[in-house]
Amino acid sequence: MSNVRPITSPQTQSDDRAHETDHPSSLVAKFGMDQPLKLDCGIDLAPFQIAYQTYGELNADRSNAILICHALTGDQHVNNTHPVTGKPGWWDTMVGAGKPIDPEQYFIICSNVIGGCMGSTGPASLNTATGKVWGLDFPIITIPDMVRAQAMLIDRLGIATLFCVVGGSMGGMQVLQWTAAYPERVFSTLAIACSTRHSAQNIAFHELGRQAVMADPDWRGGRYVDEDTHPHRGLAVARMAAHITYLSDAALHRKFGRRMQDRELPTFSFDADFQVESYLRYQGSSFVERFDANSYLYLTRAMDYFDIAADHNGALATAFAGIKTRFCVVSFTSDWLFPTSESRALVHALNASSARVSFAEIETDRGHDAFLLDVPEFLEISRAFLQAAGKARGLKDGGQS
Amino acid sequence: MSMQQTLPLPGVAPERTGGYRRDHLLVAEMVRPGSRVLDVGCGDGELLQLLESRGIDGRGIELSREGVNGCVAKGLAVVQGDADTDLVNYPDDAFDYVILSQTLQATRQPKVVLENLLRIGQRAIVSFPNFGFWKMRLQLLIGGHMPRTENLPASWYDTSNIHFCTIKDFVELCEQINVKMERAVALDLYGRPVPLNLPWWVWNMFGEQGVFLLSRGGKAK
Repeated sequence: MSNVRPITSPQTQSDDRAHETDHPSSLVAKFGMDQPLKLDCGIDLAPFQIAYQTYGELNADRSNAILICHALTGDQHVNNTHPVTGKPGWWDTMVGAGKPIDPEQYFIICSNVIGGCMGSTGPASLNTATGKVWGLDFPIITIPDMVRAQAMLIDRLGIATLFCVVGGSMGGMQVLQWTAAYPERVFSTLAIACSTRHSAQNIAFHELGRQAVMADPDWRGGRYVDEDTHPHRGLAVARMAAHITYLSDAALHRKFGRRMQDRELPTFSFDADFQVESYLRYQGSSFVERFDANSYLYLTRAMDYFDIAADHNGALATAFAGIKTRFCVVSFTSDWLFPTSESRALVHALNASSARVSFAEIETDRGHDAFLLDVPEFLEISRAFLQAAGKARGLKDGGQS
Repeated sequence: MSMQQTLPLPGVAPERTGGYRRDHLLVAEMVRPGSRVLDVGCGDGELLQLLESRGIDGRGIELSREGVNGCVAKGLAVVQGDADTDLVNYPDDAFDYVILSQTLQATRQPKVVLENLLRIGQRAIVSFPNFGFWKMRLQLLIGGHMPRTENLPASWYDTSNIHFCTIKDFVELCEQINVKMERAVALDLYGRPVPLNLPWWVWNMFGEQGVFLLSRGGKAK
């Protein structure tokens, strides 16, 4: 018997997840009515809160802080057991003892993005003005809004300059936004598998996901919390489609091929005969347990709107003019969601701005998700870049356990 | 037994002083401390490391992915790119020096590359293997086949070096495109500079490689 639930089975969303939305089991920075978050859409969001985690110790000079920006469906639990899923931190290849980002060496901060659903204010949060869940009343947020909120958190933590801002995918977009918006506050950056703007193809995939959510009758025009439902099926389909874009043809073939799931022969039905189907259904159904459907709509939208050049009169080089930040840009050969050509365009702009930039393309068949996986060459480059930047920053050499 | 093994095998691997290649030390000596340098075709980053150890702000471009990743792993600011196609992306006067070390002969358009070097940098430092070196000439003259050396071991059919020149050829190109030679050094087989007061043809015969410090010439005559 398959241990995989078909995505059509009724599910209730985890109570843990709902609880985490307003009362996260992590640190929380609350900002009152006097400290609104000024959103790109023109609305001042107040009050709001940012849920975050820290690892390691801030040094006396306050010069060893690394901000990790999470990707679309990530959260602040980068290096601890996840409070809802019970799984290890989402970036345990990169962060941890003896890893490139070692809490022994650095003060590591990771916050849930604004619009998220793991404790930072978002569409799943309680709107204190109405006493109801925000839902679609929540204002549209952008990548710059996320970064603006993070900057308020970093202010609150008393850190003037971050040693490094690190992130992949949507996290990489935030990294680039940090350097464009606060160049003097960022000593170095590690921007992985990302782009300075979301491509038409990527917007198209996001639209597919959003339409899947909104086509689910349980979405109820975004008011599913009030009506005690959740668009599990729509969100699961959205996740399944997105998950394919995170992998590569070669990786899928290597992992599953045309192998059957717990059976020898086809059942001549629409059951999940193939392992790849079963795997995707599992990805979909496990995702809906930990993620809010409206949050998915908002965060994909934020990525779609991202275009640094457009915010700087169309010239990317202008965004980084005169910047002192040390850049390390990394792409992966089999990543077709954020292909190397996007990173190369960024690197050209940085060169034109005379920025100090390193750029490496890592050969791997593991697709966009490679940044989350154990890809030794990538991790080695990250470690070396951080150590060289640390030397320039005057941090003492470390990394040895 | 093949022909080239019976002939005197030319070319020695570059001599090292204090762990650094002799030709790299010569290049490093030409660069003013505190300046900004772009090393085009920086390979494994050995020269960049030497420059950075002397307080020079160095950047690199390298064609091979292995080379780039090795450089980044050394903490160097190196990007993957091609001298023939990517130099156009750099603005005018972006660097004090642009270095092209043992790479000119591997470019598709050496003349265009040279012009770009002196557009991007106030000065350029160019080194290249001298095809006029006597042992090269000897291999062609006596052996009757394309020369191979320890530094350039590839056969004619798989070499990436497609535009070989002699020191004399290079000097003529510089004159043709109005490039000023501020310093010129020929290194002999053992990495020793060929004495300055000898005539050009001696350099062209006994220099295993030429190293040139170039700047933009004045108005064309």
